[in-house]
Order: sequence, then C-alpha cells, then structure tokens
Amino acid sequence: MSKSAYEIDQNQKKIERYVVVAWVDNEAGVLARVSGLFSGRGYNIESLAVSEVDHDRKISRITIATLGTQAVVKQIQAQVLKLVPVHKVNIYPINDETIFRELALVKFLGEGKVLETAKQICIDNKCQFLDKTSKSFIVQALGRRTEIDDFIKKIKVLGQVSISRTGALAMKKGSETVKDNKGQVL
Amino acid sequence: MGNQLTGAEIVFKALNDHGVECIFGYPGGAVLPLYDEISKQKKIKHFLVRHEQGAGHAAEGYARSSGKPGVVLVTSGPGATNMVTALTDAYMDSVPLVCITGQVPTHLIGTDAFQECDTTGITRPCTKHNWLVKDVNNLAEVMHKAFDVAMSGRPGPVLIDIPKDIQFQKGIYKSADEVQTKIIRPKVKVETTGIEKAVELITKSKKPIIYSGGGVINAGKKAADALTEFTRVTNFPITSTLQGLGAFPGSDPQFLGMLGMHGTYEANNAMHECDLMINVGARFDDRITGRVDAFSPNSKKIHIDIDPSSINKIVKVDIAIVGDCLTVLTDVLTTLKNKHSKFCNSNKENISNWWQQINKWRQKKSLSYKFDEKLIMPQYAVERLYELTKNQDAFITTEVGQHQMWAAQFYKFNKPNRWMTSGGLGTMGYGLPAAIGTQVANPGKLVVDIAGEASILMNIQEMSTAVQYKLPIKIFILNNQWMGMVRQWQELLHEKNYSESYTEALPDFVKLAEAYGAIGIRASNPKELDEKINEMIEVDRPVIFDCMVKKDENCFPMIPSGKPHNEMILGPEDEEGITEEGKVLV
Repeated sequence: MSKSAYEIDQNQKKIERYVVVAWVDNEAGVLARVSGLFSGRGYNIESLAVSEVDHDRKISRITIATLGTQAVVKQIQAQVLKLVPVHKVNIYPINDETIFRELALVKFLGEGKVLETAKQICIDNKCQFLDKTSKSFIVQALGRRTEIDDFIKKIKVLGQVSISRTGALAMKKGSETVKDNKGQVL
Repeated sequence: MGNQLTGAEIVFKALNDHGVECIFGYPGGAVLPLYDEISKQKKIKHFLVRHEQGAGHAAEGYARSSGKPGVVLVTSGPGATNMVTALTDAYMDSVPLVCITGQVPTHLIGTDAFQECDTTGITRPCTKHNWLVKDVNNLAEVMHKAFDVAMSGRPGPVLIDIPKDIQFQKGIYKSADEVQTKIIRPKVKVETTGIEKAVELITKSKKPIIYSGGGVINAGKKAADALTEFTRVTNFPITSTLQGLGAFPGSDPQFLGMLGMHGTYEANNAMHECDLMINVGARFDDRITGRVDAFSPNSKKIHIDIDPSSINKIVKVDIAIVGDCLTVLTDVLTTLKNKHSKFCNSNKENISNWWQQINKWRQKKSLSYKFDEKLIMPQYAVERLYELTKNQDAFITTEVGQHQMWAAQFYKFNKPNRWMTSGGLGTMGYGLPAAIGTQVANPGKLVVDIAGEASILMNIQEMSTAVQYKLPIKIFILNNQWMGMVRQWQELLHEKNYSESYTEALPDFVKLAEAYGAIGIRASNPKELDEKINEMIEVDRPVIFDCMVKKDENCFPMIPSGKPHNEMILGPEDEEGITEEGKVLV
C-alpha cells in the first residue's frame, strides 16, 4: 500500500521484516517489472536475489527482503501477482518456520599478527577460505543475515575489508511445496 | 505450417481475428510498413489524429462507449512518448487499449538511433503488460495475448513494440486458438462463503447503502441490469462514483447522486451514517473516502471487486468478494430470492426510518445554486443541456475541472457507457479526442464534450480530425476564463492568491471553430441559451459552443481535503475550517 496521505491511524503500523518470493517467467524485463513495482509504489527492497531455477520451464525465483506492515506486505503480494509473467507469490515472515540463508565474500587486507587474528575469527565463524596471500585472504561466510552482520562487524575492526553480499534466500521448512497451476513443484 | 506473412500482415490479420473495426493513429518512420499494409486492406478503418495523445484518448472514448478494446498505432520515439499520458489515463480508469508502437530496427536498439526510445521501459508502469517483439514468429502470439490481457480481469492498456525490421520480415501466423492455452494466469482464490455472509448482512441491515463504481460498467450492460435489479429488490439507497454513473438510472428516486469530494449531501451523509456499505466495483479512491480514519466509522463493509489488489488497499473491509460484478451480483440475487423471499417483499418497511433520514438530508438541496437573470450559471447551462438532450440517447465526455463536476452533478445518466470522463488521472484535454472515439463507435448518436476553456486548448488540434471524418461532435465549453478548479482551490486554500490561473489571451472560439471548418456558436445570456443549444444539436457538423458563464462560481458541495464525509462545505457561507493538514493534500 502506498502511504495514503489521508492515513492518520497509527495502530496498524507495526513495521516488520518479511521475505517475498515470486516465481516468474525468465524473460527480458521481468526483474524490472517487479523492482519497478516496488519503487513505483513506495515499497522497500532491503535485499534481492534472483536466478533461474528451472531451465526447462524457464522459471526464475525472485526473493526480496522487505520492511512493512502486514497490510503493506499483503498489498505487495496482490500487486506482484497481477504482473503477467508472475506465477506465484509467497510471503515468509521472519520466524522458525522458514530457513533463510545469505552468502558473503569477504576480502581481508592485513599482515602478520593482524592477518592471523582475522583468520582465527573466520575459522571460529566456520567460514570457508577461498584465496590466501601473505597480505590478504578471501573467505566465504554463509548464514542468516544477522550472523553475517555479526561476523563482518568483528573482522572489520581489524583492518581493511572488501565485502560482496547476496540477498536472502528463503525456503519453508517441512515437506510442503509450492506448485504451479499444473501441479508441478516450483 | 501456415503461409509465411510479413510482420505487418500478421499484425492486421490478428486485428481482424479480434474483430477490430477501426484504429486511431499517426504515421512515422518506424511504422511505415504497417501503414503500407493499412492502405492495402479494407476491413479496418484508420482515423488519422493530429497528435498521438489524441489517438490514445480517442481509443479510450471508443472503448468506453462500445465495450470493445480501443486500438492505436503510433511510431517510435515521440510517437510512443506522446502516448504515455493516454496509457496512464487508461490504466488508472481500467480502459482496455491495445497500443502498437513502431521501434527502430532490432540491430539499432540501444544505439540512441533516430527516434529511438526505451518504449517498453517507459510504459512499463502505465500498462498492464507490454512486449518488445524481437522475433517475427512470436508476433502473432503476442498480438493474441495482448488482447487477452487488455480485456481480461480488470481491463487496462497493453503495448506492443514492433521494430521496423520485424514488420518487414516473414513469419508464421498462429491463430488465437493455437496460443490461448499457453497463457498461464495465476488463480485467484474466490471466497465462496462470501456470498452467504454478504446476504446475511444485507437482510439484517437497517441503514444500508450501495456504493457502485466503474467496475459495474466494465462488467457490461448485464451487470448494470443486475445492479439495478439488486437495488430494486432490496429497496436500498444507491450512490455512485464518478466512473460508475449510468450503471443505475440517474433519474431514479433510489439514486442519491454521486458521492465523494463533490458529491451530494445525502450521498455522503448516508455513506457516513450507514450500518452496511456494499461497494460494487469501486476502489475507495481518495476522492471518495476523504479522511480515511473517519470514513464511514460504524458500518460493516462488503467489497465486490475483480482485482484482488483493490481489497483492503485503502479501507479494510469485512467481506471481500473477488469476482466479476455480474457473476457476484447474480449469485447474491439468486441467494436472496431463494432463501430470503420474505426479506425481498418486506424490506421497504424495514428500512423506512433510514429513507426518512435520507429524505431529510435531501431537503438540504445541496446542488442548488443562485439563478442569475443576466449571467449564465454554469450549473444552469448543464441543466439545460440535459433537459434538451435527455430524450435522445446522448453520449457525454468531459475534460477535467469544475465543468466535469457540474456535468457529473447535473447531467443524469440512465444507461451505462454514456459517460466518458478522466477520473483517476484527471487528464485535461481528454474530452475532445474521447468524443471523437465515442462518435466513431456510435455513428448517428449525439456526442457532447462538456469542456472548460482551459482544458479544451490542450487537445484542440483534434477538431481537425473531427472535421476530416465528418464526426459531428459538439464541444460545449463552459467558458469562465479561469482554470476554474485551480481558482476555486486558490480561493479556499491559498488566501485568494490567484497565481497563474487566469487565461489572459483566449482565442475567439467561434472563429476558431470556423478556422477548422466547424460551426461556432456563442451564448452569453440565459435567455438565448435554449435556442442556441437546440441550434447546436440540430446541426450535423462538428460544433464548438462557447458558453460564456459566470466567472467566479465555485463547485459545491465540497468535502475539503483531510475532512470526513459529514463535514462538507455546502456553499460560500461555510467556507472556513480547512486545516493546515488539509492544505497539503491534493
């Protein structure tokens, strides 16, 4: 819901984080349609992850982390579903029912003792080492957003870092799946 | 394998398959192969406009007065960007348009070529969907899908961008049947229990009101009939949005007039005080609700809408029924008749107190105005126009502003598809081209554009189109020399600082009409008005009627921005009380 200028009621305004997952036809411009809808209607995009997940059916899965009230997120779902290339839209609140994962690549620059201390933090955080030199290393950190935030906070104070992060991915726990109109698992 | 056709041939074959009889357009470099094809076929008539925006609004007028999709054809670059206003207008008011644009050849896309623009990028937020066709073998499929998307669900505009080389290339034509099955549309869950619950509320209500909107018009003549039957069976009072006028007969005593910012006292108070609101095909637009947190505070709300995203967008409702107005109303009527025949026979008494209250509000006569002996009052002009045209099946379009609201208040529509006005986007310059499209769709009928002198100048060039095709549209200008609604807001909200709202150098509209080869008529005295209006109606040529009206008349009633329904301004005597908060709102 774009904020109505007439909306004065504050009771329904509890803002929370949600993850919106949309299954879309992988065609030119589809990401622009979805992201343009968010910017055009004043919805927030905290992070975004998108890739083709079914090559035969040419279906991509777009995962958007957003902030909003419950009503706003329901509006987002209804609006995104109206787009022609969109097949399904699910909303996942941040809770234990759903698995969330993000990935970060972190390049650390430093020498001697500092480099060793930084490496130890990475080992403690179960990061995977992808590259090492005498002045730097690159690790891959995997986990929930808050876990990666914490890890980056710790290592950032030791020296210079270059960070690349993905958006969140989300999947509901259990055997339940999302199906398209023909009953095929998405 | 079918025959190989050129892209241009495929486009026209598809248009034929979809029953298109006419298109509105303007040629240019990137659509020349399509224009070549136009002259080689005879089934589809092309109307040459004078500006692409005019083509868009003409197609809108055609669509809204006929129930069929409007089709436009324009060139790349400026042709496409000039269409953006019309596409956005159609998107806001749910009008089905199929817009075909030319594009630079595929190998030049992205090179800043002459008359290149990112048409699909620019029109993405103002169409239901758009396509850039890069393979001629996809063209037929895209054409069929385009009509399907434009007409299905909540109707709206679509755009097909066709590079010039694709128009020349040969490819295979597929019929609509061959591709239709490929469209996967997400299923919308319909609450089947909604009908039962709604009927229960309907039978128990003591203070009900029906609030109907453009969705009923879009659902077709039968939906309007169903709405009328539902209103008669229940004996409920009914009000309508701007776009919904005509779905229920405007001259019927059960009709309370339009609601909202310039709605009647009885309609707005009934909305505020009701215990049950039945929204049929309307979207709780801000012109309707006023201040949302004070909107109809004590009512249960039923919302019937085909667009799931309209539900709970602005106003939270108790029962939402997603579906076509005709289907839902038919279901409601069947349930009422089968299970509640007693209610159907006795409801007049059940809600007689409510009708008494409504009649008290009616006695306020909120649309009344002071008649003037010497000056034509704008309200009087519309009243006379209505009285002198009501016996023929007239079609009315408007521009945007005070004249539009007076037309909505004083012209009574008894049938759907007779009223074409730009509501959502509020596009000045809409009415003249819309009248052209309406006249094309309804030859032999009287089509009047009730206009303002400022709005009409925004697309005045289309007079040339009307003259060329001998379309006898009537442009009825309520000429007060001010941008009336701007002036009114400046008076009420900006301490009478009339900044830039007066037009110093207006053309002589009679001479202007004559310059275009049309007829010009002027009236400046109430005594001559009827005679001049009759003269306008009788002439079988385009007419510009310059109706000189009182200059500083305001449009009342008015709910000032930021106020609830029960705090209306009824006339000049209660013009105070607009808050600072309200001034920021539009």
